[in-house]
Amino acid sequence: MSDVTMRIWRGDSTGGQFENYTLEQNEGEVVLDVIHRIQATEAPDLACRWNCKAGKCGSCAAEINGKPRLMCMTRMKDMPEGPVTVTPMKTFPIIRDLVTDVSFNYAQAEKVPALLPPPMPEGGYRIFQEDVERSQEFRKCIECFMCQDVCHVIRDHEDNKQHYAGPRFFIRYAELEMHPLDTNDRRDLIRKDMGLGYCNITKCCTEVCPEHIKITDNAIIPLKERVVDAHYDPVAWLGRKIRRKTKVSAHDAAVQPAP
Amino acid sequence: MSTNTPTEHHEYDVLIIGAGGAGLRAAIEAKQRGLKVGIITKSLLGKAHTVMAEGGMAAAMGNVYEEDNWMVHFRDTMRGGKYLNNYRMAELHAKESPDRVWELEQWGALFDRTKDGKILQRDFGGHRYARLAHVGDRTGLELIRTLQQKVVSMGTDVFMECKVLRLLHDQDGKIAGAVAYWRASGEFVTFSAKAVVLATGGVGKSWKFTSNSWEGTGDGHAMAMWAGAELIDMECIQFHPTGMVWPLSVRGILVTEGVRGDGGVLRNSEGERFMFNYVADMFRSETADTEEEGDRWYEDHAAGRRPPELLPRDEVARAINTEVKAGRGSPHGGVYLDIASRRPAEFIRRRLPSMYHQFMELAGVDITREAMEIGPTCHYIMGGVKVDADTAATKVPGLFAAGEVAGGMHGANRLGGNSLSDLIVFGRRAGMGAADYIEGLQGSATLNQGEVDEAIAEALAPFNRENGENPYDIQRDLQEMMQANVGIIRTGSEVEAAIETLENFTERVQNIALKGGRQYNPGWNLATDLPSMLTVSKCTARGARDRKESRGGHTREDFPGTDEQLSKVNIGHTIAGNDWTGSIKTEQIPLLPIPAELKALLEEGK
Repeated sequence: MSDVTMRIWRGDSTGGQFENYTLEQNEGEVVLDVIHRIQATEAPDLACRWNCKAGKCGSCAAEINGKPRLMCMTRMKDMPEGPVTVTPMKTFPIIRDLVTDVSFNYAQAEKVPALLPPPMPEGGYRIFQEDVERSQEFRKCIECFMCQDVCHVIRDHEDNKQHYAGPRFFIRYAELEMHPLDTNDRRDLIRKDMGLGYCNITKCCTEVCPEHIKITDNAIIPLKERVVDAHYDPVAWLGRKIRRKTKVSAHDAAVQPAP
Repeated sequence: MSTNTPTEHHEYDVLIIGAGGAGLRAAIEAKQRGLKVGIITKSLLGKAHTVMAEGGMAAAMGNVYEEDNWMVHFRDTMRGGKYLNNYRMAELHAKESPDRVWELEQWGALFDRTKDGKILQRDFGGHRYARLAHVGDRTGLELIRTLQQKVVSMGTDVFMECKVLRLLHDQDGKIAGAVAYWRASGEFVTFSAKAVVLATGGVGKSWKFTSNSWEGTGDGHAMAMWAGAELIDMECIQFHPTGMVWPLSVRGILVTEGVRGDGGVLRNSEGERFMFNYVADMFRSETADTEEEGDRWYEDHAAGRRPPELLPRDEVARAINTEVKAGRGSPHGGVYLDIASRRPAEFIRRRLPSMYHQFMELAGVDITREAMEIGPTCHYIMGGVKVDADTAATKVPGLFAAGEVAGGMHGANRLGGNSLSDLIVFGRRAGMGAADYIEGLQGSATLNQGEVDEAIAEALAPFNRENGENPYDIQRDLQEMMQANVGIIRTGSEVEAAIETLENFTERVQNIALKGGRQYNPGWNLATDLPSMLTVSKCTARGARDRKESRGGHTREDFPGTDEQLSKVNIGHTIAGNDWTGSIKTEQIPLLPIPAELKALLEEGK
């Protein structure tokens, strides 16, 4: 097979540059295979995060030709002609090369009030399949954080991270709110502290989700309806959705700013 | 600039190394006992190998077949393990796993349901009844996320991307902590702890074709042994029958046994369901004679006996290996796993969504239309640190082990679905064991500073060498050597050759030279993994040499039958002095005698 040139961002929090690596392609390879071959030969110190290599752990998210992708699920044969550019996720601070500091997400996870179920009856709870399916969709999340990476609210506005949980955690809240056993009420928290109103429903998160979770339609919109119904104007929302541009400032887009 | 002495020190009651199912479950238990708990993981939280488990967790809840109970589960586990199991672990596991599954539900896990709203259970190899609680084919993800969320809600300290180099002793030889480094900064950190729980998973990364991630380097196995503990059954490696074989870059990635549990069958290049030719005497009375009988069983287990595709994994993996060697394999050296011709597309997509996705995206194969090409892949090590069943205690005071790193539970071969339940049963017991141990502790501990200095000096040595080897070359050669010489089928001469070659690898690892700095340097990380990989590989090779018989996940071409004397012993390994290059002592250790009432359960239907 022909050679391919990988254009990989290398550097750390102080700065960096692209470096090109040209190597032979093998049949059936994914981007992560090629990165691994570069590590094993020319650049053993090339930093990248990965675990399962089968699309199940969500560790190897990076931006391939500018789009957030799992490196392990992106086949080289699907890449357009020319060099393949690989950069770290933009929304998170760089640690080194393709590895970013995703601790923002773990900090958000700590804020989530846990499930509060009723006491379990003898022989276990009785719950029906149709009642678990709604939350099961959100529990497919592999925490690759690509939805967070692509969300304009925090991608372009570092300050917003202080009061915005992001799509990954909106589906977590939706999962708990729709959980058949949950008795906790998180609506106030979601509205006041998690910045749900900042989401302007551009569906970028849904588009990048490797698990094909309908983040916007099945989680964020129902969650908005649930928590902001008093303040919520569906006509205005529809108008914004129709007029949406490729890049919208979070402040312009805010449906319901955090108080 | 990075410094050569620890820049941080932390103190805990219980330090848990590993954040998969066992580690997280141990943490929850110790937290519930009011202890200060720290968890160290070399990846991010939620990425451990548990996430890869697909089919389900075995627990005799009796939701689908009321006849099921712990006694049947115990019997299935012991038979699957070819009676090499620590019977007490198998007993506790069978008795306690239902409660552990229900507990997960109270913490938020959402299992698939039966029609009357109970937790649905699925069929798997070697289990007499449908017994695996599951969520489609992503049960491991559900397990790890549930435990992760529980641990986080309890406010536990988690040290992510932190790699432990060595366990530390106190002045009396008790375990008292660990020395590690942060992958992100390359800085060293020490921990003192009254008890340490190892939950580091497996060793599969030492083989070329494996379902394991980069993490499966046997760190816990090796560190425990260096610290004075004993490893057993290290020759017993499970080659999962169904790994992907094509494209080459994804070779080894797991294809869940759930495909067969849900009706998938194995065929050779002649289209024959060859598994009917490989039913061992031990399983003949409970295995279908004809395809029709096997197919009836899927509908109702009383209407026929189970199809041979659902024999324990060791049996199926060997059969596939034989078919391929006989020239009846698929174009890329596997056989065919066919569910497309047997179940409707909608059923396949609903029951096996991630398999559908995995084959579609990685191989361009639509499993609702075509058969999959599959072959054995190194998946799991039954062997591990010898522990006390009830407390998970090793023979070193203060050191506990649970999950894949612990040995004994699964004997010579693990049944599918028994791993996830193992994690939560013995993760909890390790947390309890550690907490009880701490209650009895007296006096204060002083960390052995010499061990800290030694570990750091050894970790940094590759940066000081001008010329030396690339760690990736050593890893590749090791994987190829282990695959060739200590793979699924072994012979005495190859195993001896492996033992000799492993000594050369020891020298090569001591001559690694590294490029770049300490900050998130994967080459350095691999250099610090290689000593563990070598230690466990040496034990596997030595165990394979000494077990001159075939049993479960250990097959000797030159000794194809079982041996009466070897059926009564584990093969154990120890090493001299907290040093990975030290000499290994290998000896036979008698199995625990099984009490008469449990033995009677094993005789039933034999």
